[in-house]
Amino acid sequence: MTALDLPDVADLVLEGAEGDEQVEAYVARSRDAQIRAYEGEVEQLSVAESLGVGVRVVRDGRQGFAYCGTFDAEAVRDALAEARDNAAFAEPDEWAGLAVDDGVEPPEVDLWRDDLLDVPTERKVAMAVELENAIRAADGRIVGVESADYADTATEVVIATTTGLRRASRYTGCEIVGFSLAGDDDETQTGFGFSVGRTVDDLDIDRAARDAADRATRMLGAVKPPSERLTVVLDPWVSAQLLGIVAGTLSADEVVRGRSLFADRVDETVAAPIVTLVEDPTDGRAWGASPVDDEGLASRRVPLIEAGTLRGFVHSSWTARRMGTASTGSAVRDGFKSTPGASCRAVALAPGELGPEELIGGVDHGVLVQEVSGLHSGVNPVSGDLSTGAQGLRIRGGGLAEPLREFTIASTLQKLLQDVTAVGSDLTWLTMSAAGVSLVIRDVAISGQ
Amino acid sequence: MLDEAVIQRTLGAALRTGGEFAEVFVEDKRSSSAMLDDGRVEELSSGRDRGAGIRVVVGDTTGFAHTADLTEAGLQSAAEAAAAAARSGGGGVRTVELTRQTAPRPNDVGIPPESVGKGAKVELLRRADEAARAEGEAIRQVRARYGDSRRQILVANSDGLLAGDDQVRTLFVVSTVAFGDTGMQTGYETVGRTIGFELFDRYEVEDIARTAARRAVTKLQARPAPSGTMPVVIGPGGGGVLFHEACGHGLEKDLVDKGASVFKGRLGQQVASPLVTLVDDGTMAEEWGAYAIDDEGTPAQRNVLIQDGILTDYMWDFLRSRKEGRPRSGNGRRQSYQHLPMVRMTNTYLVGGESEPDDIVASTERGVYIASLGGGQVNTATGDFVFGMTEAYLIEDGQITDPLREGNLIGNGPKVLTDIDAVGHDFSMGHPGTCGKDGQGVPVGDGVPTLRVQALTIGGTAA
Repeated sequence: MTALDLPDVADLVLEGAEGDEQVEAYVARSRDAQIRAYEGEVEQLSVAESLGVGVRVVRDGRQGFAYCGTFDAEAVRDALAEARDNAAFAEPDEWAGLAVDDGVEPPEVDLWRDDLLDVPTERKVAMAVELENAIRAADGRIVGVESADYADTATEVVIATTTGLRRASRYTGCEIVGFSLAGDDDETQTGFGFSVGRTVDDLDIDRAARDAADRATRMLGAVKPPSERLTVVLDPWVSAQLLGIVAGTLSADEVVRGRSLFADRVDETVAAPIVTLVEDPTDGRAWGASPVDDEGLASRRVPLIEAGTLRGFVHSSWTARRMGTASTGSAVRDGFKSTPGASCRAVALAPGELGPEELIGGVDHGVLVQEVSGLHSGVNPVSGDLSTGAQGLRIRGGGLAEPLREFTIASTLQKLLQDVTAVGSDLTWLTMSAAGVSLVIRDVAISGQ
Repeated sequence: MLDEAVIQRTLGAALRTGGEFAEVFVEDKRSSSAMLDDGRVEELSSGRDRGAGIRVVVGDTTGFAHTADLTEAGLQSAAEAAAAAARSGGGGVRTVELTRQTAPRPNDVGIPPESVGKGAKVELLRRADEAARAEGEAIRQVRARYGDSRRQILVANSDGLLAGDDQVRTLFVVSTVAFGDTGMQTGYETVGRTIGFELFDRYEVEDIARTAARRAVTKLQARPAPSGTMPVVIGPGGGGVLFHEACGHGLEKDLVDKGASVFKGRLGQQVASPLVTLVDDGTMAEEWGAYAIDDEGTPAQRNVLIQDGILTDYMWDFLRSRKEGRPRSGNGRRQSYQHLPMVRMTNTYLVGGESEPDDIVASTERGVYIASLGGGQVNTATGDFVFGMTEAYLIEDGQITDPLREGNLIGNGPKVLTDIDAVGHDFSMGHPGTCGKDGQGVPVGDGVPTLRVQALTIGGTAA
């Protein structure tokens, strides 16, 4: 194989630029390990390196893109030629163009741990096996562990453009995730638990195992609730998924294309006064943290909603040019195979004062939602209609009561934000674009019996 | 794609430290797409992914490695990594005699996508944009996407199997936004086949665009979906995802083996209404989940999963059927050479029945009619599943009436299967889909005739 490293590949792409065309190379490499334990043995173990380069060419106001999953010099040159050819078939766009340095220095964010690279595979295997054993041992009603996984990644990216940007970033990450089965001959319930970190010392196997066991066992004997409107408490795992969808509607890409329900609402009240939502990829605790965005501009803190008032959107350089503003350093790609779009990657609500027990204590009649399903089919971010499958526990007189399953919760994104009555203090960073936090929302429709 | 002698030596390297089974999966995939949004052809994209995944099995442990380096040295090093990952103990030299096996392709490809100029592909987008916008002032936004891929694979394993496939797929998608007094609504329509550019001799992009536009405009008049449990009638073609979620995933043998399926231990039992005959068929010509061989080299098959309500079989991958010494079912699939294969569905459908579709609706006093379903999700261990409705109407006094806003429905697989009380004779395949499992996406198809479920929970907000 070629001995080219990331900067060499970037050079190779930029050297091929012709005339006054703009060329960008997005070069990525990750080393990943995945281990699955089952019944005390390794079921699957995969160790691999993935790499590739995405090439953007902007020529006469037209953009073209191509990628290749290799650093082979000939394939990289082919990708550049193909991107250039593709550009010829796009329609001209007066705002087309790559990012240009805006003078903002990338923040120091420490996302790389050398020691993760030195962890022997045996130790990773032992962690997966230990997770499985710990879940089985956590509760006598655990009848099986569907999967107990360890996974890690060490990812490096170099972005370079003929417009003068050249930025490198890298991060490590690891996680353990277990899925448990609880029950008996008549009934099975499932749960999961996980722990995430930058290196293995951050991982808490006991907590992940306890969560996996608790989430499954507390669902035993679950019944289908009657349909009614009531107050729900979303657990951090659930609220993070919903906040991710809300954040999606605050992308300037959706705004400029007329697909955001918040398009004309800047400086208006869009949420309850206790809702303050900030995108901050400079916060190293966030899974999506990074010093630079995916077109090479410095990451920065972006206020989205302040005390219920919409303050703005996240921008890439393209949406910023088109809307006559500045990029917020929010260009995000789905790896080297795609072009950047404006998107949140580290959004979080400002936490409140009360922990989850206190929040639940304040609810007389409601439901704690611990899991949702079908978000991709039940939430329409354009219309705002929201309907998801759910399971959780009844809240009665401020305490948790019987488990509930096979019901849906429904509202609209617009109404949901207005109906937030409390934000918890339990901000939780997850492997998602949003952090989770316990959230109390009034007047949500439950559909069951 | 690769020299047979190189493959033989790679398998030998994979087995050198005592592996019981080794496999080399080689993939060369080229894809291209073109996207129009906001009235402008925004971007054309091309990609190439080429590499090999090698797995080595020792006991119940699978070691896996992949590489984008298809030279003999690159393959050897991946084979050694996979063998080390399987932590194999013993030694020895094994040579593998490869026997090339062939399987019929589900269909021929008329016009290879790479033979068609980019200009012709872009022109389809412009036509779709124009047709969607011609559906009225309410249509505010149109996004159209053309995509094609050609995926050549080669599988060789230490049992001596050597097989290849050349899989072509072409797709066209239109999504629209309509604006009215009630805010914004979206419409979506897609066609996809395992054929080339002749797709557009069969389908007019204008029709696809008009359907997407009509769906969005209709929903501007929609009322909130009801809440509670009621009968649901699903229209032909629109609702195969119901079976994909209600029981398809639960019949995947890997989940069954781990006790994570409500259908475990139920072979030979009545699991559904006698009206239900469910088939998974990877040989269906041109359907989105069709192929000649799966990603473990097994020829695609037509597998009857449920016959007249009786559970007849699960879906299998290579290693599970090999271990049990039973015939393979051709359901071992993977997203790419960077992934291990798993048990996956292909084209899953409910066989047509005898009822008149109109009678099914007419005999439903109050319920919901779903013309088009969105995606879904299932917990195979509990059987609880959800699926979205993207085009639905109320049924009142046996008549289809007002359109409904979007939402999810929720049910329990085993219960829903027994609650099916009518199956029409108007079978139709549905939309191309992507099925996700354990982080891997693969193309699948589904189909149903008109059918009725006596009781499903509608995830709406109205009383």
